[in-house]
Amino acid sequence: MTKSLGNIRRTFAPWNDPASRPYIAFENVTKRFGDFTAVDDLTLHVYEREFFSLLGASGCGKTTLLRMLAGFEEPTAGDILLEGRSLKGVPPHRRPVNMMFQSYALFPHMTVEQNIAFGLRQEGMARGAVDQRVADMLKLVKLGEFGKRKPHQLSGGQRQRVALARAIAKRPKLLILDEPLGALDKKLREETQFELMDLQQELGLTFMIVTHDQEEAMTMSDRIAVMDSGRILQIGTPAEIYEAPSSRFVADFVGSVNMLEGTVETVSGEMTEISGKDGLAIRVTGESGAGAGDKVWLAIRPEKIRVSRNRPENGANAAEGEVWDVGYLGDMTLFNVRLDTGAIVKASVMNSRREVEDPIGHEDRIWVSFAPDAGILLTR
Amino acid sequence: MSGRWTSFNIASVVFGFAFLYLPIVLLIIYSFNESRLVTVWGGFSTKWYGELFRNQGLIDAAWVTIRVALLSATVATLLGTLAAVSLVRHSRFFGRTLFTGMVFAPLVMPEVITGLSLLLLFVAVDFARGFWTVTLAHITFSMCFVAVVVQSRLISFDRSLEEAAMDLGCPPFQTFMRITLPIIFPAVISGWMLAFTLSLDDLVIASFTSGPGATTLPMKIYSQVRLGVTPEINAVCTILIGLVTTGVIIAALVNKRRVVRESASRT
Repeated sequence: MTKSLGNIRRTFAPWNDPASRPYIAFENVTKRFGDFTAVDDLTLHVYEREFFSLLGASGCGKTTLLRMLAGFEEPTAGDILLEGRSLKGVPPHRRPVNMMFQSYALFPHMTVEQNIAFGLRQEGMARGAVDQRVADMLKLVKLGEFGKRKPHQLSGGQRQRVALARAIAKRPKLLILDEPLGALDKKLREETQFELMDLQQELGLTFMIVTHDQEEAMTMSDRIAVMDSGRILQIGTPAEIYEAPSSRFVADFVGSVNMLEGTVETVSGEMTEISGKDGLAIRVTGESGAGAGDKVWLAIRPEKIRVSRNRPENGANAAEGEVWDVGYLGDMTLFNVRLDTGAIVKASVMNSRREVEDPIGHEDRIWVSFAPDAGILLTR
Repeated sequence: MSGRWTSFNIASVVFGFAFLYLPIVLLIIYSFNESRLVTVWGGFSTKWYGELFRNQGLIDAAWVTIRVALLSATVATLLGTLAAVSLVRHSRFFGRTLFTGMVFAPLVMPEVITGLSLLLLFVAVDFARGFWTVTLAHITFSMCFVAVVVQSRLISFDRSLEEAAMDLGCPPFQTFMRITLPIIFPAVISGWMLAFTLSLDDLVIASFTSGPGATTLPMKIYSQVRLGVTPEINAVCTILIGLVTTGVIIAALVNKRRVVRESASRT
């Protein structure tokens, strides 16, 4: 039985195949606005039919990256290649990519049909073919009866669909989406996420999406690039990003995490012993590259920490403490446990049963424990 | 604004409107005066309007004025719109601040100075003064008003609309014609209306730059008034007031429709 990160088996992974050519390649791209460096010597390869997300806080350079791909900004240095051809100097209207804008940018003086037909008319497509394609697109985004309306007569979710239909009407091979779901409410956003994924599969498109919502990126993407201050910190599948973050920033940015600081005592084979900053002795398995005396951080997700009334029998790492805060979310319950050493540890427990015997409450004395392979050792 | 009407409010509104419009209302009433004397009411009559249409001098002047206004407003709108676009869009070109200042300076320049300097220019280049010099002068001073109106609209214009059009394969010039211009069109129309009424009204600059055979209506009225006000002048003025009011109301309605539409599309 092979082990892999995350509870999902992947068959689509061109990035692991040395024979596959990248569809889009950012090669050492830098973009400066005056003194401000928005994108800093960035190299990134995206493959055909991939659903790729750029994830980062606002101002990290992710939108600038997309705008350079669409042609609205030119890189200060470096080059962007599409199917091996440089896009340098190619104006936006000649690039075979289409973009869906964060504000949707629907033309207010045109009807929904005219908006969708705009790109097709520019191509010089025959009238009959345009009408046919527009009708197909309206059906695809389930807006059949709204064709004659103006954008201001639509709801936010409907406008989002029109923007999507307009962007894919020309059947671009690459669709760029700038925060496509940012303006929708939570419920609609979750539905639309799966619709976007289905659409991408159905049409065989390459999607490049910008988002600051990590859940959105995790749900939809084949791979995610986590960005900060114009650089890529890590590229990987959602499971890699979540289970094997390469740095404290990534671990902290994606999901919730406990960060236990300590110093490496001994390394023997797979096993690394750490003495925590507050006196907690921890044993960890897994590669980290850290040697004795190094300062390390153990990143461990709340759902991988067990809570129990009594000291666990087999627990390699265990500590006693007091329940500080309890948060009931329905599907799970969050515990903030204040250890006797002073550290606060977050643990989450799935509520897989409706009724629980002897539930844990505020100010209870409990044990927290985690397996040696539950967390990941980070050196930076 | 909600609030109760106090007697002070009512008094100030009545006084304010009376101050503004009483002279105009009097002028309109006296244009229907039977009597030859302007200040003595001799009964209702429309005879002065009839007189007016038999006064070839006045009709010629009106015709000149309308042609000047139509032509200068159109050219000024074209140039003013282009100036506004380059001012808003190319935020960092060399000499932008100077250019901005130079476009807007005529707004605050005393008309006498504008008129005099244009006169000196036309004399210097030996340009025969007449219809074309007045038109040129009106283009010069009304262009900056158009630029201001269009510029204020362009500042709130969402540039991603243009980017979306280009992204869909539309070249820049076509993008301007098919996306930008239709959306800012109400502002362009308001600018044209403004330029048209400014040209219609102007006395000072026209006096400086006009020549024989190109007397505008305001010049004609002014010169006739010096010989004594006749009810005929009242009639001309009433027609002018009607024209200007209609223009201003249309410009306001066009703009209001835009505002309503935009606020609807934002919600």
